Amino acid sequence: MQNGEDLRAKAKEALAKKGTYGKDFELDRYDAAPRDLSPVDDLSEIPDDVQKSMVNVGILPSGEGRSGSMLFMDNTVVHSSTRKVDGLEMLSTRQALAKYNGLKEYSWRLVSPDKDKYTARSFLEDADGYFIRVKAGAKVEMPVQTCMLIGSDKKAQEVHNIIVVEEGASLDILTGCSTGKHADESLHLGMSEIYIKDGGKLTFSMIHSWGKKTGVRPRTAIQMGANAQFVNNYVLLRPVDSIQSYPVAYVNGENSSVKFNSICVSHPGSEIDMGSMAVLNAPGTGAEIVSRSITMGGKMIARGRLVGNAPRVKAHLECRSLIMKEQGITLAIPELEASVPDVEMTHEAAVGKIAREQVEYLMARGLSEDDAVGMIVRGFLEGGIKGLPDALKQEIDEAMSSANLGN
Amino acid sequence: MLKIEDLHVEVEGREVLRGINLEIGPGQTCVLFGPNGSGKSTLLATIMGFGQFKVTQGRIFFQGKDITNMPIDERARMGIGMLLQRPPNVVGLKLGDLVKAASCQDVDVSHLAEDFRMKAFLDRDVNVGFSGGELKRSELLQLTAQNPRFLLLDEPESGVDMESIDLVGEKIHDLLYDTKQCGREKENESVSALIITHTGEVLKYIGADCAYIIRDGKIRCSGRPMDLLKEIKDKGYGECIACRMVKI
Ligand SMILES: Nc1ncnc2c1ncn2[C@@H]1O[C@H](COP(=O)(O)OP(=O)(O)O)[C@@H](O)[C@H]1O
Ligand SMILES: [Mg+2]
Repeated sequence: MQNGEDLRAKAKEALAKKGTYGKDFELDRYDAAPRDLSPVDDLSEIPDDVQKSMVNVGILPSGEGRSGSMLFMDNTVVHSSTRKVDGLEMLSTRQALAKYNGLKEYSWRLVSPDKDKYTARSFLEDADGYFIRVKAGAKVEMPVQTCMLIGSDKKAQEVHNIIVVEEGASLDILTGCSTGKHADESLHLGMSEIYIKDGGKLTFSMIHSWGKKTGVRPRTAIQMGANAQFVNNYVLLRPVDSIQSYPVAYVNGENSSVKFNSICVSHPGSEIDMGSMAVLNAPGTGAEIVSRSITMGGKMIARGRLVGNAPRVKAHLECRSLIMKEQGITLAIPELEASVPDVEMTHEAAVGKIAREQVEYLMARGLSEDDAVGMIVRGFLEGGIKGLPDALKQEIDEAMSSANLGN
Repeated sequence: MLKIEDLHVEVEGREVLRGINLEIGPGQTCVLFGPNGSGKSTLLATIMGFGQFKVTQGRIFFQGKDITNMPIDERARMGIGMLLQRPPNVVGLKLGDLVKAASCQDVDVSHLAEDFRMKAFLDRDVNVGFSGGELKRSELLQLTAQNPRFLLLDEPESGVDMESIDLVGEKIHDLLYDTKQCGREKENESVSALIITHTGEVLKYIGADCAYIIRDGKIRCSGRPMDLLKEIKDKGYGECIACRMVKI
């Protein structure tokens, strides 16, 4: 194992290392956002406009129907609370590092500090975030909600999250990410390391809603044991400057399965580069990547990569994209890689425009053209994905009704 | 109610309708016969306003208003409703949501669907994997929710199995005559229809006032529905007197 000083030196060097994909952000232009905001005991006491931002990304300030809530504002954990739920532990990452002697098994083990300048910066800034652990056998029924808000303009939010779902445990996490009204031109760097042990189950659902000038660089990796399940739902429907994300799941135990679902809308001026990767290292494992996107005039890149390294692997990748406006650009890049013969891996990709015949059919039922297009697009975005949480469906409905799709 | 004057229509650059004249009064039901490819569906789709069908000459009036260039949804809101011969699949859109969106007022969708034996289909994607009979029932369910004043029915009975034919027939009957449907309190607001049929099966369930035979994009004969149907059944379209006269 490398010692801390080695890692720091490498990370410092990596500060100059551009990301593999997506446009480059000059980190010097963004100071770290404040780490010392005042804590809030009750989420319903925070200002109305902040509450509204939270609600817009599926976070309920009342905490109703949630097992726990955490609000991470700029670079401060301003609120963290859990109900009395057996086996659920939620701390800030720094608290957890202090309490568990640096969390050596988990911290910066899946995401390397020197991967690129964004991981390096987060590592060197000693980024805080949430540590959520579910103890072996515990089934947490109601989801945990976590909210990442940027409230300061021209600042960088650096987040380091660690999630551990132990043997036979299960958990749902709802994450909402957003920027405040005056914090448009900011940078979000989100490191997430997710561990799902044998028989563990995690559903991780995210709604992103950034500002028109916000840069977003998440770095997420998932490690899975045997008979484990992971579902990742990702929804991004509002304008953003540039987001580039390529989470990777290492499926290391037999009969585990991973599912990545993403739903994106690229608005004029937005660059969305969304990928998902599953590396299937154990026999009998499976992966499914489903991507639905539309471009309203922005750039949309949908990547998907499936790697089969063990027998009896079954995996499918499906990218579909609609181009709604002339200036939109869509690029679908599905990749399959296999290193053993006994695998079943398939992909399909389709790019096209909305079918006029469908629009007219709905108009013949009395729907206006805008309503008809909205219903069809909503169906297109949600249709291929089973079991999408209600909060995500709601966001899709709202975003579609305000997106002015018809013209 | 509906008046068509010298209608010429092009599909994919080819003239399919070549001078149609037709008039259907309030409360009148007319049937349209004709061999495959003669332009029957094209006529109905043009009245509905589907974009593929380009009117190159002539006019369509509905309730005295020139609707030749009116958008589809406005025609629908004026009260025109169509059962499509081959409705498209809409992946991701649930039938229940479409029925709700098409409803003229707050209808109990699941209750209504039960009447059409379509309740189990409300959560399915519109038309995806529906059988012939299911497609027609789904179309009729949507139309009933929509409650049009003028029905365009394109082969409502074809592909329907023996088991469903009574249901389909009854629902068409209700669409035409049931005064209890939403917004139909006023009895004088009778419904008109233009119905394409090959077999005439639908005529067992409703009365029709007039019939036309269309061939090569023109109306060749008109008469009483049962007379024309008998003539077609006995002699085929080729032997139909008026059509033969045109050919000579
Ligand atoms: N969407 C279309 N594209 C190309 N040709 C079409 C289309 N719809 C109809 N046609 C052509 O127009 C003619 C009339 O078709 P249609 O109105 O469907 O006939 P019918 O309903 O009487 O069987 C046929 O030759 C058919 O091939
Ligand atoms: Mg036809």
